[in-house]
Amino acid sequence: MDWSPLWISIATSVTATVVTLVAGLAAAAWRESRTGPAMALVDGIFLLPLVLPPTVVGFLLLLLFGRNGPLGKLFLEFGATIVFSWPATVIAATVVAFPLMYLTARAALEQVDPQMLQAARTLGATEWRVFREVALPLAWPGVLAGTILSFARALGEFGATLMLAGNIPGKTETIPIAIYFAVEANEMQRAAMWCFIDIGISLALLAGLYYWTHLQGPGRMQWARR
Amino acid sequence: MALEVQIEKKLPDFTLDVSFRAENEPLSILGPSGAGKTMLLRCIAGLERPDRGRVALNDRVFFDSAQHVWVPARQRRVGMLFQHYALFPHRSVTGNIAFGVQNLPRDEQTRRVAELVRQTHLAGLEDRYPRELSGGEQQRVALARALAIEPEALLLDEPLSALDTHLRSQMEAQLQETFAAYRRPALLVTHNIEEAYRLGAQMLVLSKGRIAASGSKEEIFRRPASVEVARLTGCKNISRARAISDHTIEALDWGCTLQVTQELTGTPAFVGIRAHHIEFTESAAATSRGENIFPCWLKRSSETPFRITLFLSLREPGMESASQTHHLQAEASKEKWQQFRERPFPWYVRLSSDALFLLRE
Repeated sequence: MDWSPLWISIATSVTATVVTLVAGLAAAAWRESRTGPAMALVDGIFLLPLVLPPTVVGFLLLLLFGRNGPLGKLFLEFGATIVFSWPATVIAATVVAFPLMYLTARAALEQVDPQMLQAARTLGATEWRVFREVALPLAWPGVLAGTILSFARALGEFGATLMLAGNIPGKTETIPIAIYFAVEANEMQRAAMWCFIDIGISLALLAGLYYWTHLQGPGRMQWARR
Repeated sequence: MALEVQIEKKLPDFTLDVSFRAENEPLSILGPSGAGKTMLLRCIAGLERPDRGRVALNDRVFFDSAQHVWVPARQRRVGMLFQHYALFPHRSVTGNIAFGVQNLPRDEQTRRVAELVRQTHLAGLEDRYPRELSGGEQQRVALARALAIEPEALLLDEPLSALDTHLRSQMEAQLQETFAAYRRPALLVTHNIEEAYRLGAQMLVLSKGRIAASGSKEEIFRRPASVEVARLTGCKNISRARAISDHTIEALDWGCTLQVTQELTGTPAFVGIRAHHIEFTESAAATSRGENIFPCWLKRSSETPFRITLFLSLREPGMESASQTHHLQAEASKEKWQQFRERPFPWYVRLSSDALFLLRE
């Protein structure tokens, strides 16, 4: 039994989630204080991976990171090839998970009472401190929900990953890809097993999400509930 | 050394356009809701940027549109109390108070927080979270938090409005105590006339973004300059007026002729008297010695536990105009009222010339 798809899936999803968390938060915080028509375009670009078919995302990534793509050439300068490598699975998963993180983080930050932030400013706090010590803790339950959603999305990523990273067992073969190729090879038992593993992980994630948002006991986070 | 403010800012309904100077004492800013009071405080704190003007505190210029000076809120050291406290819910009482002094050495922080906890009577509550505190306690934490940065000016936005009556008087006592020790400019915004009078040494009346009156609170209340200021300071009786001779006027809305001490200048002009300045006299004895005494009839009354408000008509029943429900609104203590409530109508009221004031539009 080759367990590598499980480890590859988890490593890919965890890495992609960490990158998405930082990038999504940064984008949401940057976007929050801005208005204007250009911002509609920015939102459009940020949310595009959510609405495009994953194969389209994968194709665009292939254009970007391919041997003749602008980013592909840049990496080649340093002797790195992205396409059909493990980092490609991370890039694909990050890009498709990003909109979920961005949307939930923005919604969570918008919920924060602006007077809290203003109070912090009158008390001498820098913008970074206002974000880290007031906005982020107050938005944390929403950000956490976004993180879990992003992880789930990254874990389930198939189309873009297949386009950019291909199916190299032990290297880029994640659980969804393993399932697809198992079915194609008529190995139904192997496919079923990976399906059950995937369902197990997903249920555990949803349980975690439910716990964080509904069943928070009288603990440190209780203040966040209205 | 003082706070100097001269700003203009366009708001949706009007333009905030004020210019004043606050000395090292509490200044009440009285005005109805939507007069621009909160916006004024926000401009001083650096949370809003005025379109034009200058804001300076002592020798530091915070904002000067001509010199392109703008100091962000965090560098102003101006303490602000928000109407709904804006306490950090994820920090304890101590954590909230210490928020602004985290760059100080730890023992200095501890010392300062302990001192403020003592001053604001929060002992025993240090480890509680804001949700575990009453409204009055939350407001005291907000006050302590603002004072912790040793602000060079203090701005209070309706500090008592969210509290019930009992807590309100406690908090008012707290503010009086704080102001007495503070000795720097403290601006207190309120729509409550009595709060404004009790807490401010000086007063400023704001209406639709403009200063309608400013100066000593006693003078503003004794001789309001305009109809607007009279209304905003709670004057219930205002009538159009017409000069008859130097010290005699006709009050057109009340339908009577009055002796006054001031001279009526300009038209249109108005005359006013505060409800509690209207005296009730016994007709016979008083008529001989007094002026401005008129018979009146009770239209309706409204009681509070200790005082009664009487709505009076100066016309006999049946003789008043259809549109007029009452001419004068008088106020008396319950004790006083007991003395004349059983008397037959008409009652007699005296509008003392000392209590009457002439107003411009």
